Amino acid sequence: MSDTLLRVEGVSKAFPIRGGGALHALREVDLEIKPGEAVGLIGESGSGKSTLGRIVVGLERATSGRVHFDGQETSGLPARRRRTIQRDIQMVFQDSRASMNPRLRIHQIVAEPLRTHGLDASRGTVIDLLQRVGLGERFADLYPHQLSGGQRQRAAIARAVSVRPKLIVADEPVSALDISVQAQVLNLLKSLAQEYGTAFLFISHDLGVVKFFCDRVSVLYLGRVLEDGAAAPLLAGPSHPYTRALASAAPSVRLDDQRPRIVLSGELPSPENPPSGCCFHPRCPESLGDVCATVEPGRSQTPAGTARCHLLESVRT
Amino acid sequence: MSAPTNAVLDGAALVDATGVAITVDGVGPAVHGVDLRLAAGEMVGLVGESGCGKSLTAFSLLGLLPAGVRAAGELRFAGTAYDLAAPDTLRPLRGRDVAMVSQDPLTALNPVSRIDHQLGDVMRTHLDLSRAQRRARVLELLERVGIPSPRRVARAYPFELSGGMRQRVLIAMAISCRPRLLIADEPTTALDTTVQAQIMELLGGLVRDEGLAMLLITHDLGLVAQHCSRVCVMYAGEIVEHGAVRAVLDRPRHPYARALIECLASRDTGVARLATIEGTVPPVGAAIEGCRFAARCHYADHRCSVTRPRLTATGDGGLVACLRSEEIADE
Repeated sequence: MSDTLLRVEGVSKAFPIRGGGALHALREVDLEIKPGEAVGLIGESGSGKSTLGRIVVGLERATSGRVHFDGQETSGLPARRRRTIQRDIQMVFQDSRASMNPRLRIHQIVAEPLRTHGLDASRGTVIDLLQRVGLGERFADLYPHQLSGGQRQRAAIARAVSVRPKLIVADEPVSALDISVQAQVLNLLKSLAQEYGTAFLFISHDLGVVKFFCDRVSVLYLGRVLEDGAAAPLLAGPSHPYTRALASAAPSVRLDDQRPRIVLSGELPSPENPPSGCCFHPRCPESLGDVCATVEPGRSQTPAGTARCHLLESVRT
Repeated sequence: MSAPTNAVLDGAALVDATGVAITVDGVGPAVHGVDLRLAAGEMVGLVGESGCGKSLTAFSLLGLLPAGVRAAGELRFAGTAYDLAAPDTLRPLRGRDVAMVSQDPLTALNPVSRIDHQLGDVMRTHLDLSRAQRRARVLELLERVGIPSPRRVARAYPFELSGGMRQRVLIAMAISCRPRLLIADEPTTALDTTVQAQIMELLGGLVRDEGLAMLLITHDLGLVAQHCSRVCVMYAGEIVEHGAVRAVLDRPRHPYARALIECLASRDTGVARLATIEGTVPPVGAAIEGCRFAARCHYADHRCSVTRPRLTATGDGGLVACLRSEEIADE
């Protein structure tokens, strides 16, 4: 048994486009999660963060690269052998309403994974789970539409933790909720993570949420990891110009944390045709010119971890 | 503390809405007598969680409440009084002096009409311009809102544009008839973080450079911190606190405002658990005698469940609706 629970190595994903060409959703992404660790995946729409989550849970297959889970390569595994992995990796989606069968009652929804994996799916077990996530027995017989957004997300969490997974992939689990409800759900996830020792791949565009929840973080842009490292130092002092722009656009309410505003020009380029060199160079306020436009930057060490940026290379030499 | 304390406007306000009350037929009152004042050239934040009535309040100022929802109250706009209970009387203001930018630019635009036609239509309704003048103004407006190739975008259909571009088009449409008040209802919620920054920069520029008054309706206190001068915090259909942004964010007086800010601020401080607000918002139409927040409030005592607190002036020019705000101010 290794000390790495999930290892994503050089994973690329290209979706073929009708009429030729491909959409490069992920390009040579590396990522590691240790048991019990929470890793955040930050990015804007089209960055590939959800695609990576779907590859990790097995809903999508990588075009190239390898995914190891618990010491086993999962990419080429036959369906029968995937069973245990499917139990060990659970998912929580952003839209709890769309991820639940509207015709099932909450207790049936929570019992589904237990039943699938041949575990005790009795009403008593399910009610214990509901109580654990702060929903009383009275919710067991309701339908999803009768719950508020926060309550439904709690039920989705009960469903995910029911089979005691080693890893939960949470794709924007609190984005649709009000701030005070977000805080309740985040606290719940954190206490469950501690109690069960569950690791998390936490996909979010919200830096504040990631800062609270995650130990480490990877920043994706057009399918590339531009910066990764320990969450607190990385978000407090980002090394990559893109991370800096993201951090400045997600202002804090605290007076001592009013950073200079960085407004990027342009919009996210199409992942069908990512820019040459550093994929961020057309929008980068600190671009060095030719070298950024032509040469893909390698990884440089930063105080928090690593970043791909020519600015950091020139500092180093 | 010597921060500017012009939290409550003195002198003439461009917009002065008083006693805005909104009732949903068959459910009950949703907004209970809200006052809003805005001067030209300032951006004021109206914040609150879903269901607090912030969007209803905004729609009532435009006379655009959905069927079955009725408003009462008075709007004084540039010195003229309008009765909010008679939405038809607001028609001369709507689209002309008062314009709106909504959250979802795709549903706000007509999917089968080109951008230049949609922009032109608004101007044809309100402005006396020739066809050539309108065409020129369309391009001028698209350029003003930072669209890189105005000629191409003018001939495009909404689906051909990105979310950020659509929001720019909507802003162009809103400012096409030179409004004096712009109501922006969650204008960046559907956008990516870096695009949000661009749109807020554009809106901030309109306020700064062209003297628009802007009401920014949002759940995002961070945006308010960055862009607004004043903020009103709404809870369950009432404004519970109002003041200069820094005063409210740094020293919130109302327990709800305090708890909401703490929820966010605690994310940054490396705590093991976030501050939360236990319980839920009372449903619209619930009959509550005292303070609507009392059931969830750490500070509530016996008076809070019987006496409705009124907005009262604080020392630094703000307003707060809490019976105990002075006692808890120093905690």
